[in-house]
Amino acid sequence: MFEGLPILTFITFLPLLGALTLVVISRLSNADAQAQIEKNAPRVALLVTGFVLLLSILLVFDFDRSNPAFQFIEDTPWLGGGIEYRLGVDGISILFILLTAFLTPLCILASMTSVKKRMLEYMVAFLILETLMIGVFVSLDLILFYLFFEAVLIPMFIIIGVWGGKNRVYASYKFFLYTLLGSVLMLGAILWIYFYSGQQLDSPTTDMRVLMTQLDIPGGVQTWLWLAFFASFAVKMPMWPVHTWLPDAHVEAPTAGSVILAGILLKLGGYGFLRFSLPLFPEASLELAPLIYWMSVIAIIYTSLVAYRQNDMKKLIAYSSVAHMGFVTMGIFAFNTQGIQGGIFQMLSHGVISGALFFCVGVIYDRMHTREIAFYGGLVSKMPVFAAFLMLFTMANVGLPGTSGFVGEILTMIGAYQVNPWIAFGAAFGMILSALYALHLYREVVFGEVTNEKLNDIEDVTRPEWFILGLLAFFTILLGVYPSLITDITSVSVENLITEFNADIANMEAN
Amino acid sequence: MYQIIVFAPLLGAIIAGLLGTRFGKQFLPEKPSMAITTGLLFLSAIMSWVALFKVGFDHQEAQVDVFRYLDVGGVKANWAFKIDTLTAVMLVVVNSVSALVHLYSWGYMEEDKYKPRFFAYLSFFTFAMLMLVTSDNFIQLFFGWEGVGVASYLLIGYYYKKPSANAAAIKAFVTNRVGDVGLALGIMTVFLVFGSVNFDTVFAAIAENSDRTLSFLGGEYNAMELMAFLLFIGAMGKSAQFVLHVWLPDAMEGPTPVSALIHAATMVTAGVFLVCRAHPIYEAAPVTSAFITAIGAFTALFAATVALVQNDIKRVIAYSTCSQLGYMFFAAGVGAYSAAMFHLFTHAFFKALLFLCAGSVIHALHHEQDMRKMGGIRKKVPWTYAAMIIGTLAITGIGIPGTKIGFAGFFSKDAIIEAAYSGAAYSNAAVFAFWIGITAALLTSFYSWRLIFMTFHGKYRGDQHTFDHAHESPWSMRIPLVLLSIGALFAGAAFYKYFMSNYGDFWHGALPSAYGGDHHGASDIVQYAAAETASDAHHDDVKHGGLFGWLFNKVHGYPFWVLLLPLVVSVTGFVTAYLMYMRRDDQVAEHIKNVEETGGSPIYNFLLNKWYIDELYDATIVRFTRFLGDIFWKIGDIGIIDRFGPNGIAKFATGTANRLSKIQSGHVYHYAFAMLLGVVFLIIAAFRGMGG
Repeated sequence: MFEGLPILTFITFLPLLGALTLVVISRLSNADAQAQIEKNAPRVALLVTGFVLLLSILLVFDFDRSNPAFQFIEDTPWLGGGIEYRLGVDGISILFILLTAFLTPLCILASMTSVKKRMLEYMVAFLILETLMIGVFVSLDLILFYLFFEAVLIPMFIIIGVWGGKNRVYASYKFFLYTLLGSVLMLGAILWIYFYSGQQLDSPTTDMRVLMTQLDIPGGVQTWLWLAFFASFAVKMPMWPVHTWLPDAHVEAPTAGSVILAGILLKLGGYGFLRFSLPLFPEASLELAPLIYWMSVIAIIYTSLVAYRQNDMKKLIAYSSVAHMGFVTMGIFAFNTQGIQGGIFQMLSHGVISGALFFCVGVIYDRMHTREIAFYGGLVSKMPVFAAFLMLFTMANVGLPGTSGFVGEILTMIGAYQVNPWIAFGAAFGMILSALYALHLYREVVFGEVTNEKLNDIEDVTRPEWFILGLLAFFTILLGVYPSLITDITSVSVENLITEFNADIANMEAN
Repeated sequence: MYQIIVFAPLLGAIIAGLLGTRFGKQFLPEKPSMAITTGLLFLSAIMSWVALFKVGFDHQEAQVDVFRYLDVGGVKANWAFKIDTLTAVMLVVVNSVSALVHLYSWGYMEEDKYKPRFFAYLSFFTFAMLMLVTSDNFIQLFFGWEGVGVASYLLIGYYYKKPSANAAAIKAFVTNRVGDVGLALGIMTVFLVFGSVNFDTVFAAIAENSDRTLSFLGGEYNAMELMAFLLFIGAMGKSAQFVLHVWLPDAMEGPTPVSALIHAATMVTAGVFLVCRAHPIYEAAPVTSAFITAIGAFTALFAATVALVQNDIKRVIAYSTCSQLGYMFFAAGVGAYSAAMFHLFTHAFFKALLFLCAGSVIHALHHEQDMRKMGGIRKKVPWTYAAMIIGTLAITGIGIPGTKIGFAGFFSKDAIIEAAYSGAAYSNAAVFAFWIGITAALLTSFYSWRLIFMTFHGKYRGDQHTFDHAHESPWSMRIPLVLLSIGALFAGAAFYKYFMSNYGDFWHGALPSAYGGDHHGASDIVQYAAAETASDAHHDDVKHGGLFGWLFNKVHGYPFWVLLLPLVVSVTGFVTAYLMYMRRDDQVAEHIKNVEETGGSPIYNFLLNKWYIDELYDATIVRFTRFLGDIFWKIGDIGIIDRFGPNGIAKFATGTANRLSKIQSGHVYHYAFAMLLGVVFLIIAAFRGMGG
C-alpha cells in the first residue's frame, strides 16, 4: 500500500507539522484570531493525531508479519560518517507505534475540558511529544534513536512543569536528574560502539541492522556497555531502586501527562532492552540476567507493598506501574518465547490499563481537585458508570484472566519459571499483593457510604469520558480474550530475536 | 448445544448488567432483566441434564473449539469445551442450582433496589463456573477459576455500603489469590514438564515423565508430586481447606442465595473438581495424595468443631460446607475420585437446600440471622421446616445400611468413609481420615440438629413483633426448596450405581471407577476396592454366627460395622443434640443465659472464636504486610533512596540557598531544556568533527 512512500517519516513528523502550523498561524494572527486559534487548537490536534492513528492502523495492516526483517525501510543521508537517517519497523516496534498513536488522541480529547490555561501551547507540546515518541520506535540508527529517546523528555518536562500540580518543580527536577545520569552513560557507550565499529567493520556506522548482525564486541567490554545502556533503560522502566522519580512525576503531571508517562514513556526502557541490549550485548545480557531477575522481583514485591500504603491515588497507581514493569524485565531476560512475548504483551497491555486508570483518576480529580484516597468513598452511589469502568480496570490491573493484564503476567511468569523458579515464585507473590492494593483502593474510593458531603453533587462521567473509558475497556477485554491479535504480529520478530541471541551465545561459547 | 449451555448465562449477564443497571441508565426495567437471566439459566439447566444423559448414558463425549486463546511458543490453549461425564455432572450441578437460585432470588431479593445488578452477577458467576468445568486446558481453567473468584468478590460485597461486607469480599479475593499463586505455579510446572497446558496431551504423557525430578526453591522434587502439590494449593484456597479456609465464613456477608450457589454448591467445589480432573497427576503423586487426605480429614473435623457452637445460622452452614469439602478431599486423596464427585453432586443439592431454607428463615424473620433470637417458628414456616428437615436428614446421612434406601448424603458420605476404610490398607493418612470421618459425622449430626432445634423448636426468643409478622416465603422461594428437596431425597439413591458402580460405564474413562468398568490408570486403592468387591459381591447373603460375626460380615466388600458406624454416630449426634436443646422448651434460653453469665468455658470460647485463627493471621501476616509496606516506603524510598539519591545530589550540587531558590522559582524546565539541547548539539558537533 505504501510502496515507495516514506510512510514512517510521514507518521513520525505529521504531528510536528501540525504543531508548527499551529504556532506559525497563531504568531501571525492578531489578538482576536489568536483567541480563536487557542480555542480551536484541540480540534486541530485531534484531527492530526486522528490521522496519524489511521495511518498507523493501515501500517499494521500493510505490515508483513511473516517477515522477521525490518520493513518500510528508509535510509537517507543525514550526518554522514555512517550516521544516517534510518527508519524501519519490525514486529516488536510496530505495535508500540500503534499504542502511541492510539493513546495520544485520547489524551487530547481528555484535555479539552480539563486543561484551563495555555491550551495552544499544551496541544503543541503534545503533538511534539507524539512525534518524538514515534521517532524512538521507528529509528534504526543509534544516534537518531538517542536523539528521540532523550528529546522525548523535553515536552514531558514542560507538560509537568507548566500544567502540573503544586509540587511540580521538585518532581520535574527529580525526573530530570535521574534520566540525565542514565543518558550520559548511554551516550558514552554509543560513542564507543561507533568508534569500535570503525575498527572492526569497513567503516564506522550506527546502523542498527549492521551492528546487530556483524559487530562482535568482546565479552569484558560488553559488560560495561551493557551497564551503560542499562543505566538509561532502568531509569526509564523504572526499575527498583531508581524508581522514586515516577510517583512524584505522576502526582504532579496533568491527567494526560500521566497517561502518556505510564502508557508510553515507561515502555521506552523495555523496548530499549529488546532492541539494543539483547542483540548488541548477548553475552553480557546472559551474564547479568540474574541482576535483572532480582531487581524485577524486588520491584514487584517492594513496590506492591509500598503501593498498598499510599494515601494518594496517583501514587498508588504509579507504584503499581513499577511492579508491573518488573514483570516486563523479568520476562525479557528469560530469553525465551513466553518471556519475551509476555514482556511485550505486558507493556502494551499496561499501556492501555494504566492509561485507563489514570484517566479514571482524572475524571474524579477534575471534579474534586484532590487525589487523596480518604477524601472519597461511596462513589458508586453517585457515579455508577464510573464505578463500573473503574472496577474493570482495577481487575485488569490485578491481572484477571479475560483481561489483557493476565496474559502478560502469566506468560512472563511461565518464561521466568523455566529459567529460575525462585523468580517466578517471587513474581507470583505479586499476584496476591496487587489484589491487596488494587481492591483496597477500590473499596476506599468507590464502596461504602458517601460520608463526605462535598461528594453529594458529584456527577457521573460525561460523554467524552464515556467514550474514552469505553474504548479502553473494549481493548482491555478484546486483548484479554484474543491475545493472538498481538502475539501473532510480534511472534516472528521475537523468534528471530531469540534465534540470533542463541546463535550469538553458542558462538561465544564455542570460541 | 454446549455453546448455548455456556454462553446463555453470559448473554443474560451482559443484557442485565449493561442495560438493566444504572450503568445503562436502567434502560431495561427490573422484571425483564430478571426474567431474561432466569429464563436463560433454566434453558442452560435443562440442556445440561440432556447433556448428562447424552454423555453419561450414551457416551457421546464432545470436544468443541470456540476460538484460539493463547498461542505463544508451545503455550497453546483454545477457548474450548471438553464434555465428558465429569464435566457433564458439573454442568448439571452448576446450572440446576444456579437456575433455582435465580428463581429463589425473585422472592428473596424482593426489596432490593438493584436487582438487575444482582442477577447479572449471578449469571456472570455461572458463566465463569461453566468455563472452569468445561475447560480442556489449564489456562481456561484458570480463567474460570479467577472469574468465579471475581463474581464471588462482587457478590460477597453486594451490600457495598456495609464495611463488613467489603472487608469480607476483599478477604475472600486475597485469600483465594494465595491459593491461585499455587495454582499458577502448578500450571507453570505442568508446562515446564510437558511442554503443553492441554489436559489430554498432559495426561497422556504422565507415564513417561513420572520419574522426572525438578529443582524448586532449593529442593529436588519429583515432578508429579511438585505439580500435584502446587495445584492442590489452589484447590485449598478455592475450596476453603484448613489454613486457607478463613474467607468462607466471612463470605456469608453476601445475600443468602449467593451463599447457596457459590459458597455451598458450586464454586467451593471447584477445588475438588480440579483434583478429580487432574486425577492422572494425583495418581502419580502418592505423597501429595496422602497430604490431601490429611488436610481434607483435618478440615472436616476442624470445621465441624467450630460449627458446634456458632450462633449465626449461616455460619453454622458455612462451617458445615467447609467440613463436607474436607470429606470430598480425603476421598480424592485416597484415590476414590468417584466418591468425591458423588459427594460433590449430592452435597450440592442438600447444602443448597439448607442454605435456601436458612434464607427463607432469615426472610421470614426480617433479616435476623442469630439463632439465639429464633426458636419455635416451625408452624410459621411449615414448608421451610419440612425442607430443612429433609436437608438435615440428607447431610447427616440417614439411611438403612446395606440397602439402597436412604437420603442423598447417606450414599455419598458412606461411600467416602468406606473408601477411606479400604485405603487404610495402603496409607496411614487413610486410617486417620477414616476415624476422623466418623468423628466428624458425629459432630455434623450434632450441629445440624442443634440448628434445627434452636431455629424451629422450643420457645421463640426474639422480639415479638418480628414473630407476629413471620410468614412463609412466596412460591418463587418455595419451588426451589421443593425441587432441591427432591434432590436431597433421591439424588443418592438414583445415581449411586452410576457414580459408584460405574453402571453402564457411566464415567467412560473420565474418572477411574471403584467398581468394574475401566481400570485404566486407576490407583492401587481403587483397584483394591474393586478386587475386594469382585470377590465378596456374591457373599453378601452369607451369614456368620453371633453379633461379632454379623458385624464383621462383609457387605459390598466392607465389614458390616463399617457400614453401620456412620449411622450409629449420626443417631448419637441427634440424641445428644436432642438432650441438650430439646428436652425442655426453654433449654436453649438457659444455655444462652449460662454463657452470658459465666462467659463460657475456655473450650467453648476457643471454638466460638474459630480456634483464634483469624486473630493469629491478623497479628502476624496482616500486620507484617502493612509494616513492610511502611518500612519500604518511608525508610526504603524516602529515607534511603531519595535521601542519598536525588535529594542528596541536589544539596550537593546546588549548595547555596540562593541557587535552590532559583530552582524553586519554577523555571526548572528551562534548565532542563537548555541542558538537553546542549547535549544534543554537543553530539552533533562531535560526530560532525569525527565523521566529516
